[in-house]
Parts: sequence; structure tokens; C-alpha cells
Amino acid sequence: MTGQSPAVVSASKLGLTFQTNDGPVQALTDVDLTIGKGEFVSFIGPSGCGKTTLLRVIADLEKPTSGSISVNGMTPEQAREKRAYGYVFQAAALFPWRSIERNVALPLEIIGLSKAEQVERIKRTLDLVNLSGFEKKYPWQLSGGMQQRASIARALAFDADLLLMDEPFGALDEIVRDHLNKQLLELWERTNKTICFVTHSIPEAVYLSTRIVVMSPRPGRVSDVIESTLPKERPLHIRETPEFLAIAARVRDGLHAGHSYED
Amino acid sequence: MIDSFRDKIIPVTSILVGIVVVWYVFAVILNTPFQRDLDRRANETPGVVEFIGKTLAQPKPTLPAPHQVAVNFFENTFLRSVTSSRSLVYNAWVTLSSTLLGFAFGTTLGIVIAVGIVHVATLDRSLMPWIIASQTIPILAVAPMIIVVLAAIGITGLIPKALISTYLSFFPVAVGMVKGLRSPEITHLDLMHTYNASRAQTFWKLRVPASVPFLFTSMKVAVAASLVGAIVGELPTGAVAGIGAKLLAGAYYSQTIDIWSALVAGSVVAALLVMVVGIAGRLVDRAMGGRPA
Repeated sequence: MTGQSPAVVSASKLGLTFQTNDGPVQALTDVDLTIGKGEFVSFIGPSGCGKTTLLRVIADLEKPTSGSISVNGMTPEQAREKRAYGYVFQAAALFPWRSIERNVALPLEIIGLSKAEQVERIKRTLDLVNLSGFEKKYPWQLSGGMQQRASIARALAFDADLLLMDEPFGALDEIVRDHLNKQLLELWERTNKTICFVTHSIPEAVYLSTRIVVMSPRPGRVSDVIESTLPKERPLHIRETPEFLAIAARVRDGLHAGHSYED
Repeated sequence: MIDSFRDKIIPVTSILVGIVVVWYVFAVILNTPFQRDLDRRANETPGVVEFIGKTLAQPKPTLPAPHQVAVNFFENTFLRSVTSSRSLVYNAWVTLSSTLLGFAFGTTLGIVIAVGIVHVATLDRSLMPWIIASQTIPILAVAPMIIVVLAAIGITGLIPKALISTYLSFFPVAVGMVKGLRSPEITHLDLMHTYNASRAQTFWKLRVPASVPFLFTSMKVAVAASLVGAIVGELPTGAVAGIGAKLLAGAYYSQTIDIWSALVAGSVVAALLVMVVGIAGRLVDRAMGGRPA
């Protein structure tokens, strides 16, 4: 793990075992994975496959029990202390007592930016997620999709190169989800960030990703990694093309192969 | 407006009317034996209506009738100079001042204790049982000791009474704030962790704002408890003024009507205090972007 490693995330033999009252649960075993700069990597799999756990390990929200992982060539803890990533949770998790602009300002206050710089960043990130004009609104005044966009703006605010997203659109209806997927791709193209994206939707994973990591449960592990051959430019109707459907079929096969149906 | 009339005013008023009716019935029943006595000695045999009228007009009735209390309350509130020691406004003010001081102490103490409990694991385990035990001690037993001990070291007047209020009011605030400071969702705490926020930042930017609704809920309970503490504090001091002193004096001289109107004054003060805290809570909630109910 030299500091000059080009990989943004690099894991080898990574494992995490939770000690529960019902005995140990292997949430992750033998995960080998390298994510390069500018990639859009989706993690897909049924619940319990450890995809969220893996994201949380990268974010230093969980500690691995075996193997090694580096983020930007550092330990996840060091990376977190250097604010190397922005994290988007499944729920928007906005502070209800803060207006949208104050929510986006939260990480900026914490890293101690000047007021002038905060104002500039808030404006820029709210523009990025098309929420200009909603600065003074409170979360409850916004729809679910807008709230999640605000939480993405908050994650983008301190300009980390890595964006970790844990099923950010899972709770939204399909129409809103399509819209946000498109916006997320545009945002990724404009900002050239590295994105790790957890989802349980095959079309979402195929539409967004440059690489799809298929995971399976009991124990949580990586069962397949699929490189997308789709072009970078992806209009919504690309999802009806044979190329798209072929990749989706591979993902589905990967999910089936990894999933035990005996129970 | 019409909705609040139908939803609130009518139900509350009908209960009030019910209480007044029951009160009159009991006033007649409870004052009857003494009135019979009086009539027998005076060799009078009044008719039923006249007899009932007399039971409701005794100068020192066992249970004063509502209108007697109302008249007494009105006279002692609005017709007396507010500097008169018989004025209910004057006495209510005396009690109110120690209530407010004790409430301020109690709220501060409660918050400090809660912050300690939330941040120091040892305090969580050691302090909580004591706090709960403190509230099982009857305040009536503790109050005279506090007054006497403090008087021995030269502290008299407002402070001892306020301390009894403090004793009663810190508890709901401490319990409410422990809950409030622990109320942030896991996701919010995780979020602060991803920002590498310090404990102080997590406290001020997340725990404190999240606890505000809990603070006001517990302050409503605490302010009413403070008033009880102040009144109890006035009983053993031989206090010359205050609602507690009025209650005690009324009991000494069997001035039942005075007792009841002092009680009404206490209830009015309590209702006003709870209302003020409630309004303050709603204003703060609105300022913090709360959804209008």
C-alpha cells in the first residue's frame, strides 16, 4: 500500500464477522476488489449479501476483522479523517431543523470553511443537483426525491473525489428514480468522481455503472464482477437495447449462481 | 375558529358545568349537618329552598359553594391593592418569584446532569439510581430541613423556597434531556462520523437541536412541579406571604373560602406557567423549521 497507489479503493482478502447473540455471522468473506479513479461501481445482491457492509467498511463505519483495505492509499480511518469521501444514506437523513442550505452547510461548518466559501459551495452543489431556489425550504417541504437530491448535494459539498451511495433511491418510486439516475450520470460525468453505489435493482446497476460487482449471501462474498460495455453517453432508452439487456442477463445469472435456493 | 369551538370549547365547558353541578350538590350535603345545628339552636324550621340557600351562604362552610369562592377570588384579586397582603395577586407574585427562580435552577441543573449522563458512562451508571431515589423522598419531609439548615447558615427568603422548587423540577428535565440527547437517529450519528466531527460538534450541531422538543415537554412538567415546590416551601417557613402561606393561614382560622380561593389562584398560576412554556416551545419549534400542526 504505497501512498502513490492509483486505486481509490483496494481490498484484499477482506472479511468481517459480526458477533451476535446467535453466534458469529460472516457478513463479508474474502473480498478482493480494486476500484480505480473515475469508475462508477455498483454493488448488487440480495439482502444479507454484505453490500452495505462493504460500503460501510470503506467509509470506516465498520471495522473489518480480517484482510486489508485501503482508501486513497490510506486506511479507511485515515481516509475518513481526511474527509476523503461523501456518503449518501438510504434515507435522506437531513436534519429537520435545518433549511436545505443549512443542511448542505453542515459538513462545511464542521470542516471549518469561511462563510463566504460556504455560500459559494452551497450554491454550486445545489446547482449540481438542480435544487436552486429551494435553499430556504425545510426538508418536510420537499418531496422524497428532492430530499435525496439535497442529501447528495450535502455529500458533494466538501468536494471529496469519492462518493459512497447506499441504495440512495431505494425508497423512491420508479419515475423519480429514473429521473435521478439520469441526473446522477450527468453529475458523475461533469465532476469525474469515483462512485460506489449499492443497489438491489438490476436495471439501475446496469444503467449507471462502468462495473457491476455481484454479491451473494451466507457468507457475504463477491460472486461475479461484470465490466459494462455500454458507452459513457447513456440516454434512458439505452435500457431497451440488446447490449443493455445482455449485461442485465449476465447480472441476473450472476445473482442466481451465487444465491442458494435450498432454504 | 368554529372547529376549535366544537372540538375544544364545548367539551371542556360541559365538563366544567358537570363539575360545578357536582360541587353544588356536595356543598349542600356537606354543609347540611352544621346548618341543622345552627337552625336547631336558633329554633328555626326553614323550608327546603331556604335551607339549601343557607347551606350555600355560610361564612365558614365545610365546603364553600363555587359562587362563594368566585366572589372571594374576585374581591381578593381585582378589588384589593396589589401591595396588600390579602391580595391574591400579591401572594401569587411571591410564590411565582420563587417558582421561577427554582424553575431556572432546576432546568439548568437537569440539563447539566443530562449532559453528564449522556457523555460519561460512569455517571450514567452511578447517578441515575440516585436521581430516581431522590424523587421517592417525600418533599414535605425534606422541605422543613432545607429551610432550617439554610436559615442556620444565614440563607433565608427566596433562595430556600426556590431550592425546594429546584429539587422537584430538575428531575423531569434531567430524564427528558437524557432521552432527548440520545434521540438522534443512528444514520445522523453515522453521518457526523463520516464528517469526522468532534464530540463537541456532534453535541452542538446534532444532539442539542434534536433534544429541544424533549426539553420543552419536560419543562412543562417541571414548571408545574416548581410551583408545587414553592407552595410546599411556604408551609413550614411560617411564611407571611405566598399562596402556601394563604393556605396555611386559611387552615388555621378555618377560613375555608380563603383556602379554596388560594387554591384557585394556584391553579391559575400553574395553568398560565404551563401555557407560557407551551407557547415558548411552539415558537422555538416554528423558528427551527417545524411543520405547522
